[in-house]
Amino acid sequence: MPRSNDVQPEDTIHRGPPVTVGRYGPGKRLNHWITASCLILLLLSGLSMFHPSLFFLTDLFGGGQNTRMLHPWIGVVLFLSFFIFFAQLWRANLPNRTDAQWVSQIGDVVNGHEERLPEIGKYNAGQKFIFWGMAFFIIVLIVSGIIIWEQYFGEATPIDVRRIAVLTHSVSAVLIILLFILHVYAAIWTRGTLRAMTRGSVTGGWAWRHHRKWLKELAGRGRIDPAE
Amino acid sequence: MTNSWTDIKNTDLVVVMGGNAAEAHPCGFKWVTEAKAHRGAKLIVVDPRYTRTASVSDYYAPIRQGTDIAFLNGVMKYCIDNDRVQWEYTKAFTNAAYLVKDGFGYKDGLFTGYDAEKRDYDRSTWDYVIGDDGFVVTDPTLQHPRCVWNLLKEHLAPYTPEMVERICGTPKEKFLRVAEMISECSTPTKTMTSMYALGWTQHSHGSQNIRAMAMLQLILGNIGVRGGGMNALRGHSNIQGLTDLGLMSHLLTGYLTAPTEKDEDFETYMSTRQFKPLRPGQTSYWQNYRKFMVSFQKAMWGDAARADNDWAFNYLAKLDVPSYDVLRVFELMHAGKVNGYLCQGFNPLLAFPNRAKNTKALSNLKWLVTMDPLETETARFWENHGDFNPVDTASIQTEVIQLPTTCFAEEDGSLTNSGRWLQWHWAGGTPPGEAKHDTYIIAQIFLRMRELYRTEGGAFPDPILNLSWDYADENEPTAEELAREINGRALSDVMDPADPTKVLVPAGKQVVNFSQLRDDGSTMSGCWIYSGCFNEQGNNMARRDNHDPDDTGTYLGWTFAWPLNRRTLYNRASADLEGKPWDPSRKLLEWDGAKWTGYDIPDIAPTAKPGDVGPFIMNQEGTARLFTRGMMRDGPFPAHMEPFESPVANVFNLKMRGNPVSRIFEDDAKQLGLSDEFPYAATSYRLTEHFHFWTKHNRVNAALQPEFFVEISEELAQERGITNGGWVRVWSKRGEVKAKAVVTKRIRPLICDGKPVHVVGIPLHWGFTGSAKKGFGPNSLVPFVGDANIETPESKAFLVNIEPSTPPKDKEGIA
Amino acid sequence: MDSPRTAVSNPPVQPMESNLTQRDLVRRSATSELPPPDRQLTPVAKLIDVSKCIGCKACQSACIEWNDTFPDIEENVGVYTNPHDLTENMFTLMRFTEWVNPETDNLEWLIRKDGCMHCADPGCLKACPSPGAIVQYSNGIVDFIHENCIGCGYCVKGCPFNIPRISKVDHRAYKCTLCSDRVAMGQGPACAKACPTQAIVFGTKDDMKKHADERIADLKSRGYANAGLYDPPGVGGTHVMYVLHHNDKPHIYADLPDDPKISAVIEVWKGVTKYTGLAAMGLAAAGAILHGLFGKANRVEPEDEVSAEKLVEEAEDLREGA
Repeated sequence: MPRSNDVQPEDTIHRGPPVTVGRYGPGKRLNHWITASCLILLLLSGLSMFHPSLFFLTDLFGGGQNTRMLHPWIGVVLFLSFFIFFAQLWRANLPNRTDAQWVSQIGDVVNGHEERLPEIGKYNAGQKFIFWGMAFFIIVLIVSGIIIWEQYFGEATPIDVRRIAVLTHSVSAVLIILLFILHVYAAIWTRGTLRAMTRGSVTGGWAWRHHRKWLKELAGRGRIDPAE
Repeated sequence: MTNSWTDIKNTDLVVVMGGNAAEAHPCGFKWVTEAKAHRGAKLIVVDPRYTRTASVSDYYAPIRQGTDIAFLNGVMKYCIDNDRVQWEYTKAFTNAAYLVKDGFGYKDGLFTGYDAEKRDYDRSTWDYVIGDDGFVVTDPTLQHPRCVWNLLKEHLAPYTPEMVERICGTPKEKFLRVAEMISECSTPTKTMTSMYALGWTQHSHGSQNIRAMAMLQLILGNIGVRGGGMNALRGHSNIQGLTDLGLMSHLLTGYLTAPTEKDEDFETYMSTRQFKPLRPGQTSYWQNYRKFMVSFQKAMWGDAARADNDWAFNYLAKLDVPSYDVLRVFELMHAGKVNGYLCQGFNPLLAFPNRAKNTKALSNLKWLVTMDPLETETARFWENHGDFNPVDTASIQTEVIQLPTTCFAEEDGSLTNSGRWLQWHWAGGTPPGEAKHDTYIIAQIFLRMRELYRTEGGAFPDPILNLSWDYADENEPTAEELAREINGRALSDVMDPADPTKVLVPAGKQVVNFSQLRDDGSTMSGCWIYSGCFNEQGNNMARRDNHDPDDTGTYLGWTFAWPLNRRTLYNRASADLEGKPWDPSRKLLEWDGAKWTGYDIPDIAPTAKPGDVGPFIMNQEGTARLFTRGMMRDGPFPAHMEPFESPVANVFNLKMRGNPVSRIFEDDAKQLGLSDEFPYAATSYRLTEHFHFWTKHNRVNAALQPEFFVEISEELAQERGITNGGWVRVWSKRGEVKAKAVVTKRIRPLICDGKPVHVVGIPLHWGFTGSAKKGFGPNSLVPFVGDANIETPESKAFLVNIEPSTPPKDKEGIA
Repeated sequence: MDSPRTAVSNPPVQPMESNLTQRDLVRRSATSELPPPDRQLTPVAKLIDVSKCIGCKACQSACIEWNDTFPDIEENVGVYTNPHDLTENMFTLMRFTEWVNPETDNLEWLIRKDGCMHCADPGCLKACPSPGAIVQYSNGIVDFIHENCIGCGYCVKGCPFNIPRISKVDHRAYKCTLCSDRVAMGQGPACAKACPTQAIVFGTKDDMKKHADERIADLKSRGYANAGLYDPPGVGGTHVMYVLHHNDKPHIYADLPDDPKISAVIEVWKGVTKYTGLAAMGLAAAGAILHGLFGKANRVEPEDEVSAEKLVEEAEDLREGA
């Protein structure tokens, strides 16, 4: 079996019983939740400045001035945490031929007929889409965000650039929020997924059902806890 | 000003030349915008720089600084050649028809009688032909070859448009356009006003600049009329008051002149001052000189001035030189001949020419007292500020005493504006810290000096001991007390000359005005021209009635204008020989068959018949002088003279340098630069954001114009490799400054005598004290020479060189 | 008392209530349901006659004094425009342009007093996300209410004239208020009061337009064929207007926009993006929740677990056998 990029250092099968599979180490999980928290805070603070009907959300941050002050700093934290994540996972998210097949059978995915799909590695095309989507929009948001970061970069760029930046930031924010909803929903809809980011492991059955190729590769490489 | 600020709204054409009214007098300039907006008046600006005044002008013409006489003579010639002369006015109201002595002439740039060694003229031929009746011989037909008019025409002949272009660098077509616009004002129904300031006075021939325009205004018939006149824009709120009250060394108050060594006694003094009329029936108002002089002496010394002691004439200092002007005083100081200097409201270190010389002069003093509301560079001349004031403090032994004074807003008093209005003002705040009124300080000095003279005696204590000091609190005379003293009062009953039994003014009462002053010691008045400012009606300077019937701009109920609340001088000239206004729509006065009536106080005896008495009552002639006899040292007609430092030679006399009769001290003559070493023509000026060296102390003004700069053309910048906003060094034979460069299209090279002349503009306002960035003043570069008649320094035209440079360094340890 | 008619006249001496109150608002930032104002004040305007302006900066000085601001003492950078730009401490600025008229080859020194134009359709107000930080009174004054300002700088982007500036100290937006505090008490703006040549005049917008007509006639008589009033319709007209000698090319006056409008980018941002974005996010969230509640979850079946165990065992065996 050819080696893929799917296997991360902490990906290990625990014999159980029941069989569980380590998917994310503590560092990655912590980082994920930092990113996630930042995203949620950014979403709340950003939306408060996006539409008047949501301005009340500034109260969560101690008022409008604080919201305006905190939002960009949270963005910077998110950017850093996400890109640690990115450095670790981008290889596993490189698209391959199977992804095309997966996308073409999206109906089977939605209807739960995974048996009709080819075997999937660590990430399916949907997960990869979210990964790359997030990466792309985070870059767009951090760049446009810095341009409109009044406190430090208010007059660093021409007004036309700042106008385009503010529009870009808004549109990107809407899109990343849609992506975020998809991500969260998918994680919930696909039962058994959340524990990957809480306990760091998934059940063997989850891995067999959704990422069989990954599981097989781990097994094939002998990434199994030694017997007790 | 002959007229007033408010009168400018009546004009049809404003000529701003030798000034920059919009920038230096922005509040007064409102009347120009009024004239433009509501009369359709036009504005012409003639200046080396395209100024902010030019930015709102209808026509702008460039001129090389210091060549205004050539330009104005050219305009006069244009008007005469094109028959654009107000003939009736010129013939009746000027001395055009008067015959001039044989012998007077002009050749090679010089008038008859020049003595190069003395740097002076023998002016005996510069005079009229006097007939057997004691009056001037005239030729009303203007045919006589020796009449003033024909001599003037002859004198103006060389000033063709081509010659104007050659001297001034003004392109011929621009000159002709200006001349055409000006000449249109020769009709009786069109007037032009001349607004000028230090752009004309600060030249070695400054008085002649002004004369040239005055003559042009006379032949156009624009003197004495609404919207006309010669309007000097005074640069301080009270500088008019300074000359009125005799703060010049050669003047007493009200333009009474200081006695000289030749005036051994009172009668000798009076013999050269009580001018008899030179034409029949003329007023020659100075015939009253004795009344004003005796009243002045009585104001000074009270009972100690008596008929039997020549009214204490010997108490007055007698000049041994023509004047102790600022240049002479600093020359003496520089030579170590002055011990102490009381410097009140003045910043000579940055104001007078040749700063290095000033620093040396002040260093030679034993003591210096400064009285000022603000920190001045003069008070700190000994303090090292790196490049900004590179003195060796340890070597300076002058003891400096700084006395903080109040500023205008912290005291009551009057300010005399350009239009001769004495405007009373009231204290708006209390003085900060230890600041005291100037009057308090002067009183303390006087009282202590008087005590010393009383106890210790002295060579001549009488003028001090007998000085009249009649104030409720001798420690602090109030502004009202001083104003009442200036107005004058009766010391004993003054009788009516028409009815000697009738008391005109009872003893102790204020005189109504100077017409009640007497030469018998029965009246006193501190300054006769101000008399009427504070009489029994009260403080007329405090009047604030701004009614202006028929919108004439006279505002007779607003404050008090000297003389006699008259708003336009020579206003009788606004009417023709029958006494009818030249322009009925612009009436000032009218002869109603028995007396003069109208909107202004007549500048003539109210019953003086129009055909008989001329309008220029202060002149012996009763007319205005196109030919000024020997009264000006440098010529009876204005003739082109180059500045002492000029990029081109005088085309009339290649060897002549500057004004041939200007006084120049030996050391200063050696410090004149030549154009091969200093090729660029520099000029100095104010900016609207600042007032002199005061407002740099104010953070608001400092923010609006923060840093010293010089202005140059794009062409000169390219020639010298200077970038806009970069540092440059500008130096003359006398010193150097470092400045930011403002490279601008507003200054363009002029072609003079075939070669390009680059202008370098150097604003003042910066020094080493205050809120603004430290900088320099143009006076570091200015030559130590002044006008031949009045010694105003030649700050407006001198030579410099310029190169890119590094920033100036402040004293170590100061950022 | 209604708005003052001129800055030249003396202000009322009797005490008076402010006539610019919450009841006089016609627009309020980030506020959808503003009650209609109790009354309609007469629209006011400041007219700046560029042809009368002598660039003396008395207006700047008066503005600093009245608003008690502290502009920096900067350096000279080769121009007369000082400070070099509008700042939170400099609400108005004389901008100097040296322009050579191509028709006459004569230099013209164009001096324009820059500052808030008080647009009838204010882009700043449209962009502002904070309720009540920017308001418009029925007399036309657009004012910043600083206690509501959050310092986001959106108003800067929204303004077609690039006027508001955000303080680096208190992080609030500042600009010319048209001296709303003075106008409310029957006085004209400080700049107009200080202007020595009455290049700045203040009164009702109708009066100012009439005055402008006189000025334009005067300028036309002096050869400025294109003299005109700058009251740009793209922003619904303004309550600060210019008389320009060259009204055919406003851009020569230090980049005064020829045809200012709220930027299309801003219109998209504050229009379609705001509404469709909110709708899309709402629908997506609602859809996800509904599907989560009522749809069938993707569950792992027991046989999947068995298969996984089997796979692990096989793999173990394989390794042990190896």
